[in-house]
Amino acid sequence: MSQLTHLERLEAESIHIMREVAAECENPVMLYSVGKDSSVMLHLAEKAFYPSKPPFPLMHVDTTWKFKEMIEFRDRRAKEVGMDLIVHINPEGKAAGVGPFTHGSAVHTDIMKTQGLKQALNKYKFDAAFGGARRDEEKSRAKERIFSFRSEQHRWDAKNQRPELWNIFNTRVHKGESMRVFPLSNWTELDIWQYIHKENIEIPSLYLSEIRPVVEKDGVLILVDDDRMPIGPNDVIQEKMVRFRTLGCYPLTGAVQSEATTLPEVIQEMLLTTTSERQGRVIDSDAGASMEKKKEEGYF
Amino acid sequence: MSHHDELIATDILGYLNAQENKSFLRFITCGSVDDGKSTLIGRLLYDSKLIYEDQLASIENDSKKSGTQGDNIDLALLVDGLAAEREQGITIDVAYRFFSTDKRKFIVADTPGHEQYTRNMATGASTADLAILLIDARYGVQVQTRRHAYIASLLGIRHIVCAINKMDLIDFSEDVHNKIESDFREFSKDLGFSDITCIPMSALDGDNVTSKSKRASWYQGPALLEHLETVDVDTGTLTSPFRLPVQWVNRPNLDFRGFSGTIASGTVNVGEEIIVLPSGKRSTVKEIITYDRNLDQAKEDQAVTITLEDEIDISRGDIICSKDHPAEQSDQFQAHLLWMSEKELFPGRQYLFKSTNKNLLASITRLKHKVNVNDLSLEPGRNLILNEVGVCTLSLSAPIAFDTYKNNRTTGSFILIDRHTNATVGVGMLDFSLRRAANVVWQELDVEKTQRAQLKHQKPAVLWFTGLSGSGKSTIANNVEKILFDMGRHTYILDGDNVRHGLNKDLGFTDADRVENIRRVSETAKLMTDAGLVTLVSFISPFRAERQIARSLLEENEFIEIHVNTPLEVAEARDVKGLYAKARAGKIKNFTGIDSEYQEPLNPEIVINTVDMTAEEAAERIVEYLKANGYLDTVA
Repeated sequence: MSQLTHLERLEAESIHIMREVAAECENPVMLYSVGKDSSVMLHLAEKAFYPSKPPFPLMHVDTTWKFKEMIEFRDRRAKEVGMDLIVHINPEGKAAGVGPFTHGSAVHTDIMKTQGLKQALNKYKFDAAFGGARRDEEKSRAKERIFSFRSEQHRWDAKNQRPELWNIFNTRVHKGESMRVFPLSNWTELDIWQYIHKENIEIPSLYLSEIRPVVEKDGVLILVDDDRMPIGPNDVIQEKMVRFRTLGCYPLTGAVQSEATTLPEVIQEMLLTTTSERQGRVIDSDAGASMEKKKEEGYF
Repeated sequence: MSHHDELIATDILGYLNAQENKSFLRFITCGSVDDGKSTLIGRLLYDSKLIYEDQLASIENDSKKSGTQGDNIDLALLVDGLAAEREQGITIDVAYRFFSTDKRKFIVADTPGHEQYTRNMATGASTADLAILLIDARYGVQVQTRRHAYIASLLGIRHIVCAINKMDLIDFSEDVHNKIESDFREFSKDLGFSDITCIPMSALDGDNVTSKSKRASWYQGPALLEHLETVDVDTGTLTSPFRLPVQWVNRPNLDFRGFSGTIASGTVNVGEEIIVLPSGKRSTVKEIITYDRNLDQAKEDQAVTITLEDEIDISRGDIICSKDHPAEQSDQFQAHLLWMSEKELFPGRQYLFKSTNKNLLASITRLKHKVNVNDLSLEPGRNLILNEVGVCTLSLSAPIAFDTYKNNRTTGSFILIDRHTNATVGVGMLDFSLRRAANVVWQELDVEKTQRAQLKHQKPAVLWFTGLSGSGKSTIANNVEKILFDMGRHTYILDGDNVRHGLNKDLGFTDADRVENIRRVSETAKLMTDAGLVTLVSFISPFRAERQIARSLLEENEFIEIHVNTPLEVAEARDVKGLYAKARAGKIKNFTGIDSEYQEPLNPEIVINTVDMTAEEAAERIVEYLKANGYLDTVA
């Protein structure tokens, strides 16, 4: 008899982590960002508790600038799986009309995403929140624990993390403190794609190429997703065969030109490509350690 | 990333199907600060073509700023993660890296070689099946090498690679390599490694990392990557007895009751007979359920849900075992303990114990000895500090099902959590059961506690007076006893000073001795309670944790904590015994309130403020409390 394959091992580990949270935490939530990693995480949650429904709600921190299709996809999937869906939008940010075009990406991300998330976690008093982050995404993530402790201010202290041995997880927190839990910590981008392929997991069609209207801004192709997109006198709306490698706020997510219209073709392109996944995200183009700073401040 | 597999370009579906069946290896790398560990991992990632152009551009940029390799790319920068570490030029925590070849996926725990970070290496080793020990060819087997080999062995790693690095600096000398190899084999012969592979290499230049070196033509073995791809680390746990620690009870409706968990070892089949521990109830496996389909058989590492033919009571933390080879049960163990906290371990203090989904209370009843991780010598000791390893006896609040760590890394491991800070303070590996639980059965006596109390017409209780030296504890306790004595009650006073003349005269005033002092007095008070007495304990007892232990030894309502709350200034001004003056003059060390902490009770039954009342008034107030709460009711 053979041992489990690498995907079977990863799947079992993620399920173990999710069950541990369900058994030990009082009020957990799964953060759902509608991307491919969230799709995998949701699929694993269905597996972990079957035949029960996952015993926690989904929560999406909506910045109001997500791709339209993401919102439709989110609402439909939550209904199909039968889980409660909480959508939180930072009310002050919304009232002030914060957006990436008017306030810039840094301010927009901080107010609508980082502050919005903290508000939501405080409002519902969640003591554990699943996130889909992977250790291979970024260097500071490589050192983060699977059960990552957050202070009452939601801060991460890289130098004072709890030792994490075997598969025994210390889930204990005082009132007001919380855990961010990363069941996909040990998955790589390729593992995620292989698993989506193997398990036939549904993902938004934005990941597949089709003819879409885009405008080139600072060398990045931005989808004209709605009429809030400012079209200047020099901007030309072009119809191009494009897809997205990550999904976020549409004005902050660059499209890549591609002929890949099926999942295997997307994986093929990814394997043959020479730039890493996060390059399409505007947030990472700062200095090398910026993610670590953001996380200390409470960014997921 | 440019995987060089032809299939990717020509037959992506064929490629994906082939990749689905890759195996999996977790390993750790350990070495001292300058052994070239980060460079080795960077080299594995770089030569496996797993670095994207933008990542490479970013480290090329960094190499010029902070690299140590002149104009060459500093591969170590690929793996040195956090900003603060980059500035210090050392890795300070455990980082996990991922790479894969067509045969295997690898997870690398990059663990630091810096002296004070033993705990990080243990963390990385706990989930690894193989360890790469970096040895600088110029210096050979060093103290650090021995330490790393010992920790790998302690955490149960059986497969070792000695990466004898920087061979380029000694002209790839075969003699030097062979000397290091024989030194290592000799030193590690008792560490229980099943295989040791020594590879001469230069991580900087890439010799024998991902491809065979031409500069070490005398070396007949594989390059590192080839070894990692082919080494068999199947530890034989599939043939070990079946263990399923129940993690979550799955009850979607009243008609379904399943038990979810990750199989710790062995295999299980539908129709197989099982035994549930600790209850000892037996049944037969009815179904093995997964989301995809029901299985006929499940094996180690799979996360499953099983149902049983019989309705038996099973909860989280129970272990479902093969009927013929059940786990052992005990509440007393010998264990190896690695301490992970800045706050030292004191034998006697209680910690939260977590193992295979079970949460209990534990106390370290005795530290048998410490292990010097540098030369493996045994040393006596009263406490453990950060990064120290000790062999201790461990007592749990209830029996658990377990296997020895040597036989099962999942059902033989545990962590200890501080009850107040929630920090993970220690981790341990169960060596064996002391069998006290099984062999030293509590001697059942014909006369019981309640009968002795009835004979005296009283309810036994412990009045625990805590407070600073000179706060008035003994005076008040003395007054309370006089009143109770006059009422015809059977009492006894355990006084801190008096007990130190006899039972505890071997103890000093260090934190460790204070903990032991209180532990002995708590047990004595328990015996007196058992004898039916009202016991008055008058001890400074400065630590909450120890008072908590005393409380937990007794039954509910038997323990009455009385905080004699006298401010330090007042107690010091009284200074009845002249001790404060001596402490201030530095003649007494570890004096509570001066250079040793007093932790006030959080929820004492009674608080006495001696500034506002006399000792007589305080005593009457305590007796009133006893009356009001039924302690002085005459028992028929």
